[in-house]
Amino acid sequence: MAAGRHSRLSDWFNRRGWSDIIISAPYIWLLLFFLLPFLIVIAMSVATRTPSAPPFGYGGDNPALNFAGYARFFEDELYLRALVTSIINAFVAMILCLLIGYPMALGLTRMQRNWRNILLMLIILPFWTSFLLRVYAWMGMMGKSSWFNRLLTDLWNMVTPEGWAMSSIPMMHSNFAVVLVMVYTYLPFMILPLYANLERLDPTLDEAAMDLGTRPFGVFWDVTLPQSIPGIIAGGLLVFIPASGELVIPTLVGDAGSPMIGRVISDEFSSSRDWPMASSIAVALLLLMVVPTMIYSHFQTKAEHKPENRP
Amino acid sequence: MRIEGVSKLFGAFQAVRDVNLTVGKGEIFALLGGSGCGKTTLLRMLAGFEEPSAGRIFLDGQDMTGVPPWERPVHMMFQSYALFPHMSVEKNVAYGLKHEKMTKAEREERVRGMLDLVQLTQFAHRKPHQISGGQRQRVALARALARQPKLLLLDEPLAALDKKLREQTQFELMSIQERTGVTFIVVTHDQEEAMTLADRIAVMDKGEVRQSGTPTEIYEYPNSRFVAGFIGSITSFDGRVTAVEGDLSRVDVPGLGTEIVARSVAGAPSGQEVTVALRPEKVTLTREKPEGPNAIAGEIKDIAYFGKDSLYRVTLPSGGLIAVHGVNAKRAEAGRPDWYDKVWLSFDPAAAILLTE
Repeated sequence: MAAGRHSRLSDWFNRRGWSDIIISAPYIWLLLFFLLPFLIVIAMSVATRTPSAPPFGYGGDNPALNFAGYARFFEDELYLRALVTSIINAFVAMILCLLIGYPMALGLTRMQRNWRNILLMLIILPFWTSFLLRVYAWMGMMGKSSWFNRLLTDLWNMVTPEGWAMSSIPMMHSNFAVVLVMVYTYLPFMILPLYANLERLDPTLDEAAMDLGTRPFGVFWDVTLPQSIPGIIAGGLLVFIPASGELVIPTLVGDAGSPMIGRVISDEFSSSRDWPMASSIAVALLLLMVVPTMIYSHFQTKAEHKPENRP
Repeated sequence: MRIEGVSKLFGAFQAVRDVNLTVGKGEIFALLGGSGCGKTTLLRMLAGFEEPSAGRIFLDGQDMTGVPPWERPVHMMFQSYALFPHMSVEKNVAYGLKHEKMTKAEREERVRGMLDLVQLTQFAHRKPHQISGGQRQRVALARALARQPKLLLLDEPLAALDKKLREQTQFELMSIQERTGVTFIVVTHDQEEAMTLADRIAVMDKGEVRQSGTPTEIYEYPNSRFVAGFIGSITSFDGRVTAVEGDLSRVDVPGLGTEIVARSVAGAPSGQEVTVALRPEKVTLTREKPEGPNAIAGEIKDIAYFGKDSLYRVTLPSGGLIAVHGVNAKRAEAGRPDWYDKVWLSFDPAAAILLTE
């Protein structure tokens, strides 16, 4: 009997167990570390704030399911403003990443292979130093008395008329600073998917277009750009989504007067100890972010269903 | 189209060496050679993707040096076809017309005509990945012909097709060429393809043109051992000319165990070392000793039976082997030569090729 069960188990394992286990591993991971915590956050978002520990509870004088957090999110201008600021900052950062990253990715594909690997390494290299350290470095650079700021100020004073002279450029604690540091931080997330996409394109297509009478810039417009749209979407979302929820950068270099949504959530949690409110914002934000992700995955599956066009 | 002394260096590597060729209007010209012989580099120079290191290319008397690919009235059909995957068949064909000064109606008319020519009208709205390999090949052809080039370059046009489709496509290519009158230059490594398609062939090796001429000239009168071996198959023997009597030379060939008579060639006086090349189909196999010169005894060692014909490998008195082709006009029981039969080989003096190079 025991032998029979053993062989049935090993039969299952050999037949499909392997693939079952391998396929389910990421699902189990997502279930444990994403779905479950998210359910807890959803549960918290409909609780009521209490002075106890943990600082929330259900029922009492309030309805068992309290949607006050959601209501405030859409009523209180502070939150919507923070959301709009986040979206604008993230969007500007995304566009700048695209404008800077696209030529870099395209340049990489035209390099000799050994150079390519070195340059790809250089793009990834900053990840190996502490993220905080890099933000602090930018803070130092943007500070009023830094060489960087003085250099820019001198340049500004040189090119502008008399009355416009400044003693220093106020870069810190502004959305400019936030976007600048975000572009710096997220640029690799734009370059890498774009590079992966552009690298797969067949260079003879460029030659074919030239052969048919198109000048090099037209070739880019007609052949390269349309084929790189999946890479642009992938890179764009990889920059936009984390940038819109960014907490550390706006906290360190941002303008406290117009915070981004990540900082608002953080403040609700820690300073105001209003966990239900923070959870409500988090859930609302996630829903607002899920929509573009779904559009992306729609494009992605469409692209994947296309058979390879290469010979 | 005239190529004058064109060379191409890639670093220290000489890809093309001092090539001189003239291609007539409306001709199908084949550049034939093994991989790495420089034929594709030569083609890319004609298209303008590479600049010659030396020499000039003239098209209709006009020097093409420094003219970028997008300004040359030369179009190319790529080996991989290089169809734009994000455009429909119709858009692919119309792509080259974008830069032509013509009305929308004219353009549509031209595209329709091209699709008609390659019989793809019903696939106009498909994307390249939704059609078969043979159809893709025809789209590539239509796209390259749409701008009515003076010269069409075809890089291994049939290499990606399977054998059956290849044969059919060969004839289609020829009929399309005839109808459009465009000069075709075809690069190929397949000698049969070159022989069927081309009016004239240039055989290339190590960046040089070894011989150019009509398929018959190249096959019947190769000028070197390389060309003779590259086109068709040969068995070659070392020999020495013993006497030249006008049109005919006597050649002592130890490998055949006798002296043979062959058509004289220039540069082979008496005493000259030569290579005697025999093509399998030019040698006759008989049981009885034939009349006339060039009769050699042998024994059949091997038979490769193909049905319509057979290839015999015959051991010579010297111990060497020669390949002989026999058409199976009779059925097997009617006395066809068999394994280990003693046979006689003979050939016409005009059939033996004497090579000094």
